[in-house]
This record gives sequence, C-alpha cells and structure tokens, in this order.
Amino acid sequence: MSPLQPSSAPAPAPAPVAPTDPSALFTATDRTRRKLLTQRIAGIVFGAMAAAILLPLLVILGYIFVRALPALDWGFVTGLPEQGMRAGGIWPALAGTAYLVVFSLLVAAPIGVMAGIYLNEFARDNWFTRAVNLAVVNLAGVPSIVHALFGVGAFVVFAGLGKSILAASLTLAVMTLPVIIVATKEALAAVPRSFREACWNLGASRWQVIRTIVLPNSFGGILTGLILEVCRAAGETAPIMFTGAIVFKAVESGQLLPYNPTDQCMALSYHLHTVATQIPGVPEPMLYATAAVLVGFVLVFNSFAIAMRVRLRAKKKW
Amino acid sequence: MIANPKILVSDLSVSYGRKQVLKDVSLYVPRNSIFAIIGPATSGKTTLLKCINRTLEITPGARSTGCVHIDGEDVAKMRDVYELRRRIGMVFPLPVGLPLSVYDNVAYAPRMAGGWGRAELDELVERCLRQAALWDEVKDRLKTLGTMLSGGQQQRLTIARALSHQPEILCLDEFSIAIDPVTTMRIEDVLLELRKDMTILLVTNLVQQARRLADVTCFLNKGELVQVDRTELIFSDQPGNQVTHDYVHGVFG
Repeated sequence: MSPLQPSSAPAPAPAPVAPTDPSALFTATDRTRRKLLTQRIAGIVFGAMAAAILLPLLVILGYIFVRALPALDWGFVTGLPEQGMRAGGIWPALAGTAYLVVFSLLVAAPIGVMAGIYLNEFARDNWFTRAVNLAVVNLAGVPSIVHALFGVGAFVVFAGLGKSILAASLTLAVMTLPVIIVATKEALAAVPRSFREACWNLGASRWQVIRTIVLPNSFGGILTGLILEVCRAAGETAPIMFTGAIVFKAVESGQLLPYNPTDQCMALSYHLHTVATQIPGVPEPMLYATAAVLVGFVLVFNSFAIAMRVRLRAKKKW
Repeated sequence: MIANPKILVSDLSVSYGRKQVLKDVSLYVPRNSIFAIIGPATSGKTTLLKCINRTLEITPGARSTGCVHIDGEDVAKMRDVYELRRRIGMVFPLPVGLPLSVYDNVAYAPRMAGGWGRAELDELVERCLRQAALWDEVKDRLKTLGTMLSGGQQQRLTIARALSHQPEILCLDEFSIAIDPVTTMRIEDVLLELRKDMTILLVTNLVQQARRLADVTCFLNKGELVQVDRTELIFSDQPGNQVTHDYVHGVFG
C-alpha cells in the first residue's frame, strides 16, 4: 500500500497537547545564545581592529598639519629656500618630486602594466613564467637602499646619465615596477575566467577579449597600483639620494617647469631629511610644513584615485 | 557511414592530467541533423564539444589524441582557430552574461568578426533574441547589463549570442536547466526549425528531450561511446545494448 493513501485503520487519536506559551516556542536555546554571543564579540573585536587602523592615520595627519600651520601658506609652497633653508619656501623640492614621480611613472607604468597583462593573460604555466613571477616577488622585497646602489651602478655610472632626474626616476621605476605588476595581475585576475571563455567560444581572439572585456573591468585595480607607485616614489629618499637629488638648487620661484631631465633636482623627501637632520636651527613649523606638503602631494594623488574608483564601482557590472 | 558527414570524430581520447575522460571515441554527425549526446556525469559529453571548437586547447592540463574533421577538414590543422570558433555556436550550462548591455552581448561576436553595418546589426540582434525566446522580455531594455538578467534569461542570452555569428554547427550543453518547461518548448521548436540551416549537437541530461528532438542519439558512459544510433532505435525496447536500455528507461541512474 502506498504511504500516500490513507490507511483504512483509524489512526490512534493524538494525545492532547498542553497549550504552550507561543513566545516559548521562540526562546533561544543555550546553543543559539552562545552562537550569538560569539558573533557579537567577533564583530566588536574585528571592528575595533579596523578602527585602530584609522587612528594612527588621523593622529599623524592631524599632528603634522597642526604643527605646520604657522608656516604653511602659499608663499611657502611656491617660494624658494632662503637663509640656508632656514626660511623661505620649498618650491624647488616640490617641483623636483613632481618631476621624479612623473618620469618614473612614464617608465614604470607601461612596462609594469604590459608585463602584468602578459603574466596574467598570455603566459603559460612554465619555467619562464614561474621565473618571472619569482623575480617580481623578490624585486618587491629588495630594500630601497639596495635599489639606490643598483641605480648608481646601472644608470649613473654604466649608462652614463650622471646624477640626474633621469637616473633617479629610472631607479624609482625599477623599485616600483613589482608593485605595479602585482597590482595589474590581481586586477586582471579579478575578472572571472568564465567571461573570457564565453568570448573565446564566440571566436574572439585573446587580445580582443582583453581589450573589450578584461581591461575595462579591471581598470580601477590597475589604477590603484599606479597610485601606490606614485605614493612610494614621492616618499622614498634612499633611491634618489645617490642618483639625482641635490640639497639645494636655485630655480625661479613658482616656475612650472624649472628643471631639465638631465639636471639634478631637489625633492621633498630628501629636503625633509636635510632640514631635519643636517641643518641646525631650522624653525620647527617649517619642518612640519615640509612634511605636510609631502603628505598633501600624496593625498591629492590618492583622492584622485579614490574618486575614479568610486565612479567605476558605481558602474560595477556583475 | 554516410558520405560527407558534417562532423567526423575519429579515435578521440582526452585526458585531464592523469584522468582519462574520453576513450577512443569515434562517431560522425550527419549534416542538418540534431545529434543528441546523453550519458551520466563525467561521461565526457562537454569535453567532446570542447574538442570540436578547440577550446580544449585553452583548458589547463588537457591533452588529446585522435582527430575531429568538420566538412572533411581536420580542425587541428586549421590555421585560423578564431574562424573555426565563429563557425560553431556554443552554449554551456552555466549562463554567462558578459558585463555588457543585452544588445552588446548579442552583437559581440559579429562586431569582433567585423563587417557589420548598424542596421544589419540591429536586425541580427532582434532575430537572435527572438530565436532564443528572449526578445519579448528584453526588447524594452536592450541597454541593461546582461549580467543583471535572471538566470534563465541569461541562459537564453547565451543562446542568442551563440546564434549571433550564424554558425554552421550549434552545440548546446544542457541549455535548458535554468529555463522553464514552456519556454524550453518554444526554443525546442526553434531548434527543429534551425536544423534546416545548421547541424545541432545537443548534450542533455533530459533523455526525453533527446527523444523529442534528436535524429541521432549517442550514449556515452565513463568516457566510452556505448552506442550511437537513430533516436527511435536508442529509445526502443531493444536498442541492442543493455546499458543503453537501462539508462534511457531509467532502470539505473
């Protein structure tokens, strides 16, 4: 007899059930209560850690800007150092940092992005690919002072560029390449493989798929890598110290393009190092103001990138 | 063996790493027919399709021996693999809407191939969407993202996309798993219609679907070709092979 058919024998009458309090049905058991407690504790602890990241950033920024306030004005940003760096402004250093960042980006961005695309989209899993990946990881781990010495040997001496903006930018480019390559690879890898396969099945070539589907959807991540490059290049002192930075160089105040690529230049990071450790009697607000301009320079680039990413995320497509 | 089959598969073996998924499969697909491939999971049905449009080459770890001929030409020796893939429409079971608009999804393949005018493209997109039974649902929102459609709609979008480059061979791998029975019937009618223009390979777990549509059915099991014959014979009481009989009549599995 099928279990779905009613049995011909009358079922025994169900035992009368005591009316229960409806709210009792939903009372949490011990297990549920423990589960909820664990979850709440985890949320609080992890949230506190996330907030802890914010704290040093705000403290550092706030402290620098408050201390810098007395010295920080437009004349400081566009002026020239005077009285052996003890007065005046930092325009040559700001312009020099911009030169170094732009030139290193011009070199590192195309190479890094293309290498990243190759490694993620074209490379087969063989010894060559593994060797390149290993090289990228190791390059990222090399201390910046070692990059500096490499830059002296390779660009200043061997390539005959001398101490110059070019040599310093190339050194910075070599140093920041791994960051760009890794960021590009990650950004591309975040685009699901199924999109690529669907397009290949439609007869699109690898490059067509990269151009039409992969790159438009990984642009934000690649941009983040480039901005990281900018921040690092702007902040490093060691790599430029021996390859192109100079303590003082007279340029015209506020002049937009004061340097030639073959010149040596001042740079914010190196200038900060100089005024803070090498020159006695620099008024303290000036030190903080120099740091504030350096941080501000990086923040301007960062906020540009953040704005781009927000715009791109609003168009998130899957 | 008939003269001049559309697809000829000879002694095809495929392995992923150490695991062999197809073992010496030989079969041919008659021109302008619907050819169903049935069999339990891991029987190599999808792999067989991948060998036909050479996407097996880009599957990590896959190795194959044997050959596939289309119109008498060895696919492995074709120099333009993209041209080959444009001759074959592929629909895989997991629907993948590209992160483009509905219109651009369907227009993708023709645009990549080049040589289409605007008006022609409009017409083509509409025709493909109609054939995939999707036009009525998306005609007012061709600009929404393909990835925002429901699962079943995305599935039909992939069918429209596979038809968009006007293939000679249409491979459908489980095309109906996310589609309701009524819409499935509409698409099945279209397939019967399309048979005039193309050869259709239909991988399906719904044996009744194979029975309804296919002219020829082949039964794969654990990578081996158990039987390939006219559909009526496969589904008759005496297909000539006990395993086939048990599978199509639901005795096991």
